[in-house]
Amino acid sequence: MKNTTLQTFGLIALSVLLAAFTLAPLVWLVIMSVSSASELTAKPLIWWPSEIDLSRYGDLLNIQSGSGERFLMALRNSLMTALTATLLALIVAVPAAFAFSRRGASLLLLFGFLATIMMPPITYVLPLYDIFGSVGLLNSSTALAIVYCAMLLPFATWLMKSNFDAIPAELDQASMVEGASTFYTLRRVVLPLALPAIAATFMLSFLAAWDEFFYALIFTSDLTAKTLPVAIADFTAGRVTDYGVIAAVGVLASLPPAIVAMCFQRFIVSGLAAGSVKG
Amino acid sequence: MIIKKSLEKWVLLSPALVVLGLVTLVPFVQTLWLSFTDTRITAITKPISWIGLENYIYALTDPDFIEALGRTMYFTLTSVGAEGILGVGVALLLNQKFPGRNILRVLIILPWAVPTIVNAVMWRLIYHPEYGALNSMLWQMGIITEYQSWLGDPDRALNMIIFADVWKNFPLVAYIALAALQTVPADLLQASRIEGAGPWRRFRTITLPWIFGPLLVVLILRTIEAFRVFDIVYVMTRGGPSDSTKTASFFVYQEYFSYLRSGSGASYAVLLAAISAVLITIYYIGARRQVQG
Amino acid sequence: MIKNKKLLLPVSALALALMTSAAAADTKLNALFMSQAAYSEEDVKAMVTTFEENNSGITVELEFVPYEALHDKIITSAAAGDSGYDVVLYDVVWPAEFAEGGFLTDLTSRVPKNVGNKIFDGAWTTVTYNDRIYGMPWILDTKYLFFNRELLAQAGIETPPTTWAEVMEQSRILKDKGVVEYPLVWSWSQSEAMICDYTTLVAANGGHFFKDGKPAFDQGGARAAIDYMVTSLNDGLTNPASTEYFEEDVRRVFSNGEAAFAMNWTYMNALVNDPTESKVAGKVGVMPAPGVEGISTASAVNGSMGLGIPSNSPHQDEAWALISYLTSKNVQENYAKLSLPVWKDSYSVASVTNGQEELVAAASKAIAVMSPRPVVPAYTEVSNILQKHLHSILLGQESTDDALADAAKRVSRIR
Repeated sequence: MKNTTLQTFGLIALSVLLAAFTLAPLVWLVIMSVSSASELTAKPLIWWPSEIDLSRYGDLLNIQSGSGERFLMALRNSLMTALTATLLALIVAVPAAFAFSRRGASLLLLFGFLATIMMPPITYVLPLYDIFGSVGLLNSSTALAIVYCAMLLPFATWLMKSNFDAIPAELDQASMVEGASTFYTLRRVVLPLALPAIAATFMLSFLAAWDEFFYALIFTSDLTAKTLPVAIADFTAGRVTDYGVIAAVGVLASLPPAIVAMCFQRFIVSGLAAGSVKG
Repeated sequence: MIIKKSLEKWVLLSPALVVLGLVTLVPFVQTLWLSFTDTRITAITKPISWIGLENYIYALTDPDFIEALGRTMYFTLTSVGAEGILGVGVALLLNQKFPGRNILRVLIILPWAVPTIVNAVMWRLIYHPEYGALNSMLWQMGIITEYQSWLGDPDRALNMIIFADVWKNFPLVAYIALAALQTVPADLLQASRIEGAGPWRRFRTITLPWIFGPLLVVLILRTIEAFRVFDIVYVMTRGGPSDSTKTASFFVYQEYFSYLRSGSGASYAVLLAAISAVLITIYYIGARRQVQG
Repeated sequence: MIKNKKLLLPVSALALALMTSAAAADTKLNALFMSQAAYSEEDVKAMVTTFEENNSGITVELEFVPYEALHDKIITSAAAGDSGYDVVLYDVVWPAEFAEGGFLTDLTSRVPKNVGNKIFDGAWTTVTYNDRIYGMPWILDTKYLFFNRELLAQAGIETPPTTWAEVMEQSRILKDKGVVEYPLVWSWSQSEAMICDYTTLVAANGGHFFKDGKPAFDQGGARAAIDYMVTSLNDGLTNPASTEYFEEDVRRVFSNGEAAFAMNWTYMNALVNDPTESKVAGKVGVMPAPGVEGISTASAVNGSMGLGIPSNSPHQDEAWALISYLTSKNVQENYAKLSLPVWKDSYSVASVTNGQEELVAAASKAIAVMSPRPVVPAYTEVSNILQKHLHSILLGQESTDDALADAAKRVSRIR
């Protein structure tokens, strides 16, 4: 059936509203980041800067400046931690998912996995803090990567399992019958077919790790391991009179996940959908 | 062969079991143990004694904790509820055919990609009592005659945080709902239309049941996340004004690292975990019944 | 060959230099500071750079966190062993708790015996618990009353207030004449900053937090202090946004000329008189917070901070060297614009007094009357309870009587 003109008009009006609701705060964040400090403290606000001021970005991307050092180090830590954790989680989750999908591992155990992420992190944080302290891993990216790996693992296993389920079992059975090992079958037959799912899982996990704040706040204390979310929280609560700096930090910290999300949106959505429909 | 297969199953599972065991199970058991002791965080060794249920009795008679729990419940239900409604609405919109639909589908992922902390910081700036965009905008549009205190008013602050949370998280719900909507068979809808069902009835009797499963999964996911809310509060209000945004996780954090009572903090944490489990179970059972009934 | 020989010397010298510096550069100190009030990050960095130049082999990594995060950071890094902090800045209200928990190294034996009298007693309080010394005082600070001379003159007020009652009266005049909408601005967010303003008023009114170990903030001078706060808010004399302000917000409002009176720390004096930071530069007066007739002539809160060494630091000697340097009289006198020295003699040194005579005069009076916040190991919790209930009074959520009774009940429940 076709929409009438009136209906189309209504739909467009609604979608303009939706776009404004979604984008306005972000656009304003970007405008703040290039407005002068005095324009940001005008009453009422000046919505469009008289002059585009990019100096904050210059500062933040310059390792020599104080805020630049803090930002860039945190960026490095965030990238390192999130990537390591995501890779680890995938390496561990894929065989587990295969066991659940093909080797009849009990689904109850899978619920057990999922139950671990249902608990609030506050239930784990103190013993973990003691353990990492006793082995000298506090304030290190390693400790965070390990915790994040455990945090990502259940969801990654679940996603991968539901995607494996969608691959016809005859394919890998055939390979097994021919005498190939499970490892070979997994690597050569199943994984290539599950590549889109792996990409989706990878990106979802990466975004979750990039976003994590609570563990990072407690387990890190300085530039060597502090991640972006913690650095941003510190940036914004101290002696900052220029809101533009805060906005610029926010814009820069949102860019990597925003790019990943926009470019790989199809993967992410289909991966998520597969997980929630099948799961 | 069968023995080999079952052995292989455990080999495949073992890395995951080791990681989860060490990072979640062991700490959980330790937290449980801590909750029956009077342990404190110190830099020197102090004797620890087993005090039975004392921490739990204290926790359950602590009006501040009960209040924090209520607040967390409110936060969870309101924000997940709003995300569900808004998400489904947006999904229904994006499932229609109209010019610009594809661009919109890509754009609305943006809030979800913004890190939680950045989201919190951004809204804190927008809500600023003097230089915030919200006040300026409403004032210039003539909706308010006087600048308002958004995060400084105890009756309002939590709702303002919820708004920020909904803004960030509705896209996730919308995407899942949209993916599910695309699988609703057109002939079912068509048949219902022929029977004379209006749009609302078609939505209630066919579309909603059809997308309910996936929707439930994402809402449970959001519930789990919302119930542990900490980061957005830490940045936006630090629990103020007058404790009106102090959520349960924040409360436990404070018991640990501000008051250094790890034993007592652990009992709060265990209670949270228990409530979290109960909440999810109720959700799950209730939802199943609705699907079947 | 000869050429080669000529080369050999500088090369080997260079190699030697590299080796020794590599060996000595082993010590990296992690130091934790705050990014609020007192010395600016730039000042601390400059001090540390000079220290590194004078102490080859020691490098210092600086970490700045907001005051709100400082306490918890010191605690959470305590288990971090070698990768924790070696020097930490801590507030006057924490030594009891940190000493009881063993978080700080007892430095009593390291502190030179002869400096005792040269440093203000109020500064020593910052680092002392049960007669043991846990570091060196570094920031000697209290909250002053800043006023905008121009706005006062516009309202026809010739002399700044000498009592808190007069602050209220003058504010009323300023408001009635339409000179400024909200004459007073404070940092009354639910935070330690509010407790500092409150303590000042409690001290002015001769009140106490505790009497004989029992909560006394619901009576006498303490009660008068909260009543004063409430009245100033209800009468529209205090900027209502004060209840969500921290020190930096106060500074910004005052610097914009939107308030006639403001309570803030020493650091604001230099910044409100800096034309690049402030629209009211040169028009600002500073005085000790006033007193209450018949009770006090001036009032002040002890907002000092000290530098200590966490007990897990593996570099105690180097850390002490850094602390000694940062707290030395010379360094403090060179950076006296944002924070005044802890040394008594410094207050007559030209480099300290020049250009800020009024502040130094105010400091001399205020330091003498500085009041402590309660010295108890559970201070953080006491303060949080008070913050919550005072805030609910200020926001009109609860009646003063109920809130204070609740607070007293809650404090007595502390374990």
